[in-house]
Amino acid sequence: MKNFLKYLLKRIFFMLITLWLIATVTFFLMKFLPGSPYVNQEKLSPEQIAILNKQAGLDRPVIEQYGIYLKNIVQGDFGTSFQFKNQPVAKLLVDRIGPSVQLGVQAIILGTLMGILLGVIAAMRQNTWVDTVATLVAILGRSIPNFVFAVLLQLLFAIKWQVLPIAKWDQGFISTILPTVALAMSPLADSARFIRTEMVEVLGSDYIELARAKGLSYWQVAFKHGLRNSLIPLITLLGPLAVSLMTGSLVVENIFAIPGIGEQFVKSILTNDYPTIMAVTLLFSTMLVVVILIVDILYGLVDPRIRVSGGSET
Amino acid sequence: MEQTQLNVKQFSADSFEPLIHAERESREKIVAPSLTFLQDSWRRLKKNKGAVISLFILIAVAVIAFGSIWVSPHDPTKQNVKYINLPPKIPGVSLDGFNGTALIGGQRVDKYAQANVPEQVHFYLGTDGLGRDLLSRLLMGTRVSLIIAIIAALLDLSIGVTYGMISGMKGGKVDNVMQRVLEVLSGIPNLVVMILMLTIFEPGMTSIILAMIVTGWITMARIVRAQALKIKDQEYVMAARTLGESSSKIALKHVLPNISGVIIVQMMFSIPSAIFFEAFLGFIGLGLRPPAASLGTLLNEGYKTFRFLPHLMWAPAITLSVIMVCFNLLADGLRDAFDPKMKD
Amino acid sequence: MKKILEVDDLHISFDTFAGKVQAIRGVSFDLYKGETLAIVGESGSGKSVTTRTIMRLLANNGHIDQGKILFKGEDLVHKTEREMQKIRGKEIAMIFQDPMTSLDPTMNIGNQVAESLRKHKKVSKKEALASALELLKLVGIPNAEQRLKNYPHQFSGGQRQRIVIAIALICYPEILIADEPTTALDVTIQAQIIELMKEIQQKIQTSIIFITHDLGVVANVADRVAVMYGGRIIEVGTSDEIFYHPQHPYTWGLLSSMPTLEMEENELYAIPGSPPDLLDPPKGDAFYPRNEYALKIDTLEAPPFFEVSPTHQAATWLLAPHAPKVTPPKEIVRRWRLYEQKTGLKQTALN
Repeated sequence: MKNFLKYLLKRIFFMLITLWLIATVTFFLMKFLPGSPYVNQEKLSPEQIAILNKQAGLDRPVIEQYGIYLKNIVQGDFGTSFQFKNQPVAKLLVDRIGPSVQLGVQAIILGTLMGILLGVIAAMRQNTWVDTVATLVAILGRSIPNFVFAVLLQLLFAIKWQVLPIAKWDQGFISTILPTVALAMSPLADSARFIRTEMVEVLGSDYIELARAKGLSYWQVAFKHGLRNSLIPLITLLGPLAVSLMTGSLVVENIFAIPGIGEQFVKSILTNDYPTIMAVTLLFSTMLVVVILIVDILYGLVDPRIRVSGGSET
Repeated sequence: MEQTQLNVKQFSADSFEPLIHAERESREKIVAPSLTFLQDSWRRLKKNKGAVISLFILIAVAVIAFGSIWVSPHDPTKQNVKYINLPPKIPGVSLDGFNGTALIGGQRVDKYAQANVPEQVHFYLGTDGLGRDLLSRLLMGTRVSLIIAIIAALLDLSIGVTYGMISGMKGGKVDNVMQRVLEVLSGIPNLVVMILMLTIFEPGMTSIILAMIVTGWITMARIVRAQALKIKDQEYVMAARTLGESSSKIALKHVLPNISGVIIVQMMFSIPSAIFFEAFLGFIGLGLRPPAASLGTLLNEGYKTFRFLPHLMWAPAITLSVIMVCFNLLADGLRDAFDPKMKD
Repeated sequence: MKKILEVDDLHISFDTFAGKVQAIRGVSFDLYKGETLAIVGESGSGKSVTTRTIMRLLANNGHIDQGKILFKGEDLVHKTEREMQKIRGKEIAMIFQDPMTSLDPTMNIGNQVAESLRKHKKVSKKEALASALELLKLVGIPNAEQRLKNYPHQFSGGQRQRIVIAIALICYPEILIADEPTTALDVTIQAQIIELMKEIQQKIQTSIIFITHDLGVVANVADRVAVMYGGRIIEVGTSDEIFYHPQHPYTWGLLSSMPTLEMEENELYAIPGSPPDLLDPPKGDAFYPRNEYALKIDTLEAPPFFEVSPTHQAATWLLAPHAPKVTPPKEIVRRWRLYEQKTGLKQTALN
């Protein structure tokens, strides 16, 4: 237990370093940006700009601004958006976090469950047509960019057959179906492929043969011994899945006009809304490092080999 | 136990004479020719139909895309306001959608005739909103995307292999520090880095490649380090060490050749990933600036009008998907071919 | 004695990308109640394939081309998978070679031992665990009560093999197939496991098929020995007959390559060459290319079994009436002499 705490503290320490590094780099990158934050706005006289700069604290030495900036972001203050005047970035993002999280959770559940199913079936029916079809689905899911897939879904379900809304976030669950499916494609492909490889390896192991020699049926063996041993390593895939969901959310939210973080991020990029860009950058990075940490802890919790030895090995 | 009472008399007496040595030896020979690692891998890759077909498709795509530098149906950047948004027209094909006609208000109209396009001029995939030939732009875009992806993958490879080799071969304190650095860097989402880089630097080929390699090399470094650590402790490396070979020589002569398979496979996986990110960045509007084209910018342009002129989006989308599928199949095939566990 | 298992003219092949591998080419043997039959042979001789076939646990590319496996009068070859599941673990159980990999790393050992009982008998989880505990004590796991909830990685190799044995025994099977159960263990642990198996056989009266490539182990455990080569049994007899009155040149080779106390230091023998390619097995006797006693007929026709005694048969043309008399290697002659002393039988083949 003591080992575990020590390990946890060490990990959190490195996590904080990562985040600090990202915050620092983004801050100085912004300082080197050509022009001032107000270039996009209506014409201002130099005097007006000076006043605005003073208000924003931009007339102080860079190092002092850096200190204030760090202090503010620790308190959750990311300044005000350039795009929406006087709108605090933090509030802008908090309002938009709901749809993004809902979509992400739905997509990851749909994607991994379908992926596990597909992977297990493929492994159990190795080298048959079932396996070929499952592999093909996985390859297509990995290869076709989700924005192409999203547009295809829109075209078929919303324009051609008109069974689902084409976009927007105003019809409750119905309007989440297409974006969820579009977003679920890459977790589905990744987990199907991962589970298939794991299952094939596990199914070839001696303890599976011993379980068969006990008189268990093929599917009993697959579920009681095979799946359990294959699912544990699947946890390691959560990190990459989180990344692919973030990436996917930018385009999918845009295509389906969903008021989420991803859609806002793209808007901010296109309008040079730097405070928002920085805030989302930090938000995404935080999410990623937290997911990686959770993955490592979870792995220690579910794998008895690591669990008993105190979780210090990862 | 059943006793088989064979009638031994059916055999002549001389068949019970001792066998002479030479007759025996004829059976004692090794049948399979010995193959080097690469020959062996190639033999196994050839068995994988998907991978071989993918390889040929990719070679064909690359040849056509690069060949279009010299032989292009039209000038990919030349605008012509008279010929905007023409539908595809392939000579000799009368199929609707490929014969230069379009449905306007329920009527099939010959757009080429409307625009007074000369009889011998065809745009196989139609033209875009600025009257540029889509096929020529597609070839140009494919070429640009491939160049970006391959250069990014090569740079990832050089940085990643160097870092991983140093970390793995040196070990101890150096390795520890280098690993901590990797740990910190890998917490940064690559997407975020790319977007930050491209909001700050003018999007162009160089900045896109740079943005991709900032975090792209990390996976390669990790894999190479893990492999180097494993191979470093093998007997043949120990043997080389006891014979007094220098560390760098051991790294180049013994470790690197033995992990080349892993490196090639990893690189083959990073190419489609780079193609994807280029397209992704292009699609969200951070791609190359016109008149340059890449698959990503073509998708971006096509998406804007896809409800009315869907072919402007589908042409680059299908091209992109085919390239991605082929690279993934080839990479899978290579991985299986290099994996000694699969050896039969 | 009562026959419990009869294997008759079994032919098994595997489809590989290189072609059809004829792994088993006509194997017949009997197993009697309560006896230990050792099947000896080098790797690739087909001994493991034979036992996997009895369990009907062949890989997907393996086929039974011909033959019968009669277990208590019923042919296992024609049983459905569902019927086999009722037999596996309950009436025929198996111990595997490598205890380090044959236990599920994610399931505690109590459940792993109890699993088979819960599958075959209608018992509650509690009862099953109680039986598991009993078995773990029987196979000599110290502090078994506390260790039921432990995972495989918390046990040593020898202990793990004891657990594997407990798993196999929990339904008190009539036949126990032990596939090289000691090969992966240290020599001292090997002896303990062999002792344990002998002890348990006494207690629960099971028949054991003991597969090994190690003749030294065989001498300790087996009542009868079958020697396999190239997918066939080439000699079968009681332990004494195989060790002291062997007839087949391959058995001679095996025994001569086994160090004994009486042997001079440099006498140890190695059989030349390598096992036959079963993709294209030799037409005659599979062993003739490596056999210095080979006759011309060996290249033409596989030898039938010749009876040496009612319990002892060997498939070698050397036993045919026309065959020339040959003198076996020095070590074998020594063994024959011991056999003569033991049994008082005069061996005509000698001299």
